[in-house]
Amino acid sequence: MTRVARGITLSIALAAALVAAILLSSMVGQLPVTPAEIVGSVLRALGFQNGWAPADPIVESTIWIVRFPRIVMGLAVGAALAVAGAVMQAIFGNPLAEPGVVGVSSGAALGAAGAIVFGGALGITAALGSWGIAVCAFAGGLLATLVVYFVSRANGRTEVVTLLLTGIAINAFAGAGLAFLLFMGDTASREQITFWQLGSLNGSLWREVLIVGPVTVLGTVAAIVLGKRYDLLALGERNARHLGVNVEALRIGSIVLVALLTGVAVAFCGIIAFVGLVVPHVIRMVIGPSHRPLLVASAVGGAALLTFADLVARTIVPGADLPIGMLTSLIGGPFFFYLLYRQRKRSGGWA
Amino acid sequence: MSLVHPTPQISATGIDVVIDAHPILSGIDIDIHAGELLALVGPNGAGKSTLLSVLSGDVRATSGAVVIGGRDIRSVRHLDLARLRSVLTQENQVSFPFTVAEVVEMGRSPWARTGSRDDDERAIAEAIRATDVSHLVSRRFTSLSGGEKARVSLARVLAQSTPVVFLDEPTAALDLRHQEDVMATAAALARAGRAVVVVVHDLSLAAAYADRVALVAGGRLESVGTPAEVFTAERVERVYGLPVEVVTQSGRPVILPVRGSFPA
Repeated sequence: MTRVARGITLSIALAAALVAAILLSSMVGQLPVTPAEIVGSVLRALGFQNGWAPADPIVESTIWIVRFPRIVMGLAVGAALAVAGAVMQAIFGNPLAEPGVVGVSSGAALGAAGAIVFGGALGITAALGSWGIAVCAFAGGLLATLVVYFVSRANGRTEVVTLLLTGIAINAFAGAGLAFLLFMGDTASREQITFWQLGSLNGSLWREVLIVGPVTVLGTVAAIVLGKRYDLLALGERNARHLGVNVEALRIGSIVLVALLTGVAVAFCGIIAFVGLVVPHVIRMVIGPSHRPLLVASAVGGAALLTFADLVARTIVPGADLPIGMLTSLIGGPFFFYLLYRQRKRSGGWA
Repeated sequence: MSLVHPTPQISATGIDVVIDAHPILSGIDIDIHAGELLALVGPNGAGKSTLLSVLSGDVRATSGAVVIGGRDIRSVRHLDLARLRSVLTQENQVSFPFTVAEVVEMGRSPWARTGSRDDDERAIAEAIRATDVSHLVSRRFTSLSGGEKARVSLARVLAQSTPVVFLDEPTAALDLRHQEDVMATAAALARAGRAVVVVVHDLSLAAAYADRVALVAGGRLESVGTPAEVFTAERVERVYGLPVEVVTQSGRPVILPVRGSFPA
């Protein structure tokens, strides 16, 4: 199959997976709901009265207050993380760059945790309301991205060893910061922070979704617009410049984009690692590295993957809601090993 | 040169480059005209690549000015510059497994939304033909050998279709035949009216194809002129610190090291 044919096949498969994930996620749970009831309820919300819509207000509120915000949050966070991963790999010219691995996620989590513990005292909560956590997560993520970028790049390329070591250092620092905040915070803050480190979509609210959703959409559109330039960047920074790309502006813009997408994904759901590593990698293997299709497919694939992962997280152990971050790391960790192993076999490892 | 050119494509005057208090280039004046192939030669570390970077707008001269297409190079926007000059760098790695066809097509990106698809396709086909890479188009760039990568990168540069072309050691990774092919391609570009600047180490190769040669030594322009004017045995011996013999083949100088003079 040509790359174009594979691209079309992949788009159809991903779209089907996405619809299936959304439908399954809205049906399955402590209170089973039929597909007809879901479709009916959505149609009624859109203003079409119909016989399928659930008559039971408990079903109606389960769908609209518990399941839908959680599903939409999963879609947005999955897309944001996958796109952030693809953008990061593009500007680092390296398939191992991923917000979780290089410490951007933990930087953002530290920012968010800081806002929770000290937000009230510092007046952040008063000034920004529910945006306060998101803004601080963005700031933490941005700081971490800048550190990684300027420490690990030399002569327009990133050495893998330096990149990963920088990630270790940032993760260690952010971990210590989180521990300090755990120590300082009251019980409620502690519980919230512990939650972050594990990552969970549990208890997502519409007002949070209204922050995460639009930022994800804007960030994804911005990344797709820049897609052609990311292709040229794969030739190296000098060559990209020779082809008319303003590399400095692209770099800074992309760093802000990565921090924005990661920050907003982390702000309410905590660290969900490896989505940005696995999704773009698999899609690149199927349809090739061209960035516009890659970013579009990554957004859809990330959304579908996280929705499925969340479904598993809340149903695999009856009555318990597993942290989704734990689950993605459980899948992503071995995948990371696989990438390292394959590269070792091919060219003796990453130098 | 006896030819009279109205305005040079590139005009550099009084170029000094100082990096960390070390003078890399000093007092370089050079004009490059449409329709000529200029070879930049000189020993390792003489400043050839730096000079190429200054002329192509990558490095800003500490003092002096470069004028390209009638404008100061510092005032030309990235995209406009990409339509004026293309550059083949020494290092050509691609981060992700793009195909050869995709890599060559990237050379057309400065012209996106300016002309028809036909222009793009013609330029790409012509570049692929001139560099002898048509059998590679569906391969992944990352799976190619060094010489193949160099030729595909050259195809990308040719596809950019700019009036000024800079080639930094385009023959370094190539076998004998492809070295000649690349230099013949560069000469053909010049015949077609482009200004072509090539950095080469092989003096005979430079002498065989270049209209003019600029010999750089110790950050200064030692000599500029036709190959026969520049490549005298005395000058080459002095600059390279190696005894050479200069013979003539088809009216062009061939520079041969006198090997018997080495201690065994």
